Amino acid sequence: MNRAADFKPADFASDQEIRWCPGCGDYSVLAQMKKVLPTLGIAPENTVFISGIGCSSRFPYYLNTYGIHGIHGRAPALATGLKMTRPELSVWVITGDGDGLSIGGNHLIHAIRRNLDINILLFNNQIYGLTKGQYSPTSPPGQISRSTPYGSLDQPLNPLALALGCDAGFVARSVDVWPQHLAEVLKRAHRHRGTAFVEIYQNCNIYNDGVFAWATDRKTRANHVLELQHGKPLIFGEHQDQGIGLDGLQARRIRLDDDHEREALLVHDEHAPDPILALLLARLRHPEFPEMFGVLRDVERPAYEELAVEQIQQAQTTGGPAVLEKLFTGGDTWEVPA
Amino acid sequence: MSSASATAGATPSISVQELESVVVRFAGDSGDGMQLAGTQLTNTSALGGNDVATFPDYPAEIRAPLGTLAGVSGFQVRFASRDILTPGDQVDTLVAMNPAALKSNIGDLKTGGILITDSDAFDSKGLKLAHYAHNPLEDNAVVSSFQHLNAPITRLTREAVADSGIGRKLAARCRNFFAMGLVYWIYERDLEPTVRFIERRFGKDQAVAEADTLALKAGWNFAETSEIPRRHYRVPPAPLAAGRYRNLTGNQALAYGLISAAHRCGKQLFYGSYPITPASDILHELSAHKEFGVMTFQAEDEIAAMTSVIGAAYGGAMAVTASAGPGISLKLEAMGLAVMLELPLLVLNIQRGGPSTGLPTKPEQADLLQALFGRSGEAPLPVLAAASPADCFEIVQEAWQLAVRFMTPVMVLSDAFVASGAEPWRIPSADDLPPIDIEHPTAAEAKGGFQPYQRNQLLARPWALPGTAGLMHRIGGLEKQVDTGNVNYSPDNHAAMTELRANKIAGIAGHIPAQTLQGDPQGELLVVSWGGTYGATAEAVRHCVRAGAKVALCHLRHLNPLPANLAGILARFPQILVPELNNGQLQRLLRDRFLVEAHGLHKVQGRPFSSREIAVRIHALLSGRTSS
Repeated sequence: MNRAADFKPADFASDQEIRWCPGCGDYSVLAQMKKVLPTLGIAPENTVFISGIGCSSRFPYYLNTYGIHGIHGRAPALATGLKMTRPELSVWVITGDGDGLSIGGNHLIHAIRRNLDINILLFNNQIYGLTKGQYSPTSPPGQISRSTPYGSLDQPLNPLALALGCDAGFVARSVDVWPQHLAEVLKRAHRHRGTAFVEIYQNCNIYNDGVFAWATDRKTRANHVLELQHGKPLIFGEHQDQGIGLDGLQARRIRLDDDHEREALLVHDEHAPDPILALLLARLRHPEFPEMFGVLRDVERPAYEELAVEQIQQAQTTGGPAVLEKLFTGGDTWEVPA
Repeated sequence: MSSASATAGATPSISVQELESVVVRFAGDSGDGMQLAGTQLTNTSALGGNDVATFPDYPAEIRAPLGTLAGVSGFQVRFASRDILTPGDQVDTLVAMNPAALKSNIGDLKTGGILITDSDAFDSKGLKLAHYAHNPLEDNAVVSSFQHLNAPITRLTREAVADSGIGRKLAARCRNFFAMGLVYWIYERDLEPTVRFIERRFGKDQAVAEADTLALKAGWNFAETSEIPRRHYRVPPAPLAAGRYRNLTGNQALAYGLISAAHRCGKQLFYGSYPITPASDILHELSAHKEFGVMTFQAEDEIAAMTSVIGAAYGGAMAVTASAGPGISLKLEAMGLAVMLELPLLVLNIQRGGPSTGLPTKPEQADLLQALFGRSGEAPLPVLAAASPADCFEIVQEAWQLAVRFMTPVMVLSDAFVASGAEPWRIPSADDLPPIDIEHPTAAEAKGGFQPYQRNQLLARPWALPGTAGLMHRIGGLEKQVDTGNVNYSPDNHAAMTELRANKIAGIAGHIPAQTLQGDPQGELLVVSWGGTYGATAEAVRHCVRAGAKVALCHLRHLNPLPANLAGILARFPQILVPELNNGQLQRLLRDRFLVEAHGLHKVQGRPFSSREIAVRIHALLSGRTSS
């Protein structure tokens, strides 16, 4: 794209009135997306946003790209049909914890395991917003919501662990109010060839306000958040004096001032072929552990649509020209004379 | 051509009788190779110049317990020296490979017909599995009205193939070929095409190929030397239109039609589907033709199949999905989205017996109202129904033309009977296929401000493709503002959009062929049929017309919108009969739309109509003996 250098955030802004609640975390994600898109070197007309149903799924309306606001949970399947037939397009799926993990869980896991070259952004606010405040598949047990006045009984899903269970090649986590971190994760997701799965912690200030305050509060977050960097040890804490170590197959918090404990300190390797370490990190949850932010895994394998196109090209090479008469006369034929 | 000519002369006592039409049914266990036997007899007869029609009838279970009634698989073939429309009502020759097959099929064998049984299979175990207290072959009441050829087919097959070197168990599995040999002798069928087939299919395992060929010839020779029958039956070639032919099943024809349409309009065919009986063969066929650029996608479920197709259509592909009733139920929400997005795509419903899992392998026409009204909200779309296996080839091309011209999803209805039945198909020249023109707006057209829901004279919106500069737009399931396509909830706008969507589909009536009639256009009774019952209905009407009845046939291809001249046709006839494999869905529709008194003839047995059933009803109505 020669025009790449010319793209500005305004090129990607649509004229639609935004209908999210004032103060919603979605505004922040949209703002970062508008900043990131012009830097990717892809024209607005070659970019497609596809969403399901829910607050986050209104996202495509607010960008001047191509887009489909689909039906509940089906965005990954919509994206699959588009990407398979138009591999050259940059395709983004926008979903939420209800849309992607509940009604659309089946499509999400199959899109990830197939490994289409798409980016799936899952906005996780641990609540149903658009249907007005029911608990979601990521709500913690005991969550009081309009549909669980006595507390939720469900064990929540861990989105990153689920994606890794599907052998996702790219798995990352960020949060709505960290502009630079989020922008960087979005860029990395775009660069990854294959399905990139990004969980974005997003605040619903109406139905679940402050649920990620532990991660966003500047005063305390250093003790609850660990920013992953490839090749760097897993160190966190206000005084950078704590780390994550391995004890058999268990992760545990270690004190860095203890030389003996320090030996167990883990070093992050996002390119490790086996997803087991990434899975271990994905399963570290607040408040027992700091939670991992950044890229947990970045390992490439062939993209599904490339394999599908290759199969067609091979058939065309070995099968000779595609002639309808040849198709029609395959098998036994006979002539009825005039 | 016929091998019979070489052998018939050798036995002077054997006479030859010429017939116009013959129905043979092979019936046995699911693993007995009855589908293969029937298919081979079909191909051989077609190659010999007959018109053919088939009715494969198999159970949903892959291999139900051996010898049970649940496991009986049948294949009916009709071959004729004239143009035929159905696989026939009554069976002339029944091959029953075991007691269960006899029990479930003997009722269809015509009095005086030929019954061929494998006496080895009628042992105490086989009889018990079929719930026979006594051997029916020894019961005069059961077999006396037929020409009964009761041969130890299993033993004779084992003896015949002994030299091939295959084991005892495999040897017995060649007995379908022995039975075919018997039938081929009786009807002077040529053995050569089947011998060639054996070589093609089993050539890799020479012992098996040799055993099958030996069994086939042994069956032929046995028939020649046995007491029954003492007669050949000859069915001369049918006067089909000149041209090159092949046999084609309905599902194959759908696949070929889709490939042709994509080829003609220069689009990539994207076929997203989830396996379901009886639609899966379309996926199998299409996935084998990637040289045409066909992209097949076996989705994780029916909903994903449908939505993947919407995604592909948005990107500009020729996007198609297919399923059967239960799967269509799952797709309905996404079909509503397709209606809202006004994207061209095809949804094929290969109907089967329902509700729910119902009768997965049996035909029914009970999804018509679902096709018309099954989606939430006012969500009209065009619905077409295929009349026969060969018609499937044409109908998907027509459906695709409508889809792209009017920017709408289109449904095509077939059924288990049409899907798996085969008939001769006159191979078209690719140049004769209808051209399909598609236009996409270009970047230049963005100048005046692009509006994704601005409509042309047909009320169709533009098909703007991602990748086109200046035409970026977002579409979705929320109600859209007229012209702009922006989200809009205003009462007047919703009413206007609902009306626009309805008018667009209704307007298609002005662009489809006028409804035609067969039979007596001034008649006293009009028979209105649709879909796969065409053959039985048309044969019944022809029969009645020949017998002097004043009756006409109106076979509907377009169920939505209905042809513009239909109201006038219905008004002309004093009586109307609507035969359907459901409880009166088209009947209900015609009564509702045209306020006419329409009689119904309903059948929900998982079996197609016989033309006799319909003819009986026609006569009854014309003689004033019945009403409903």
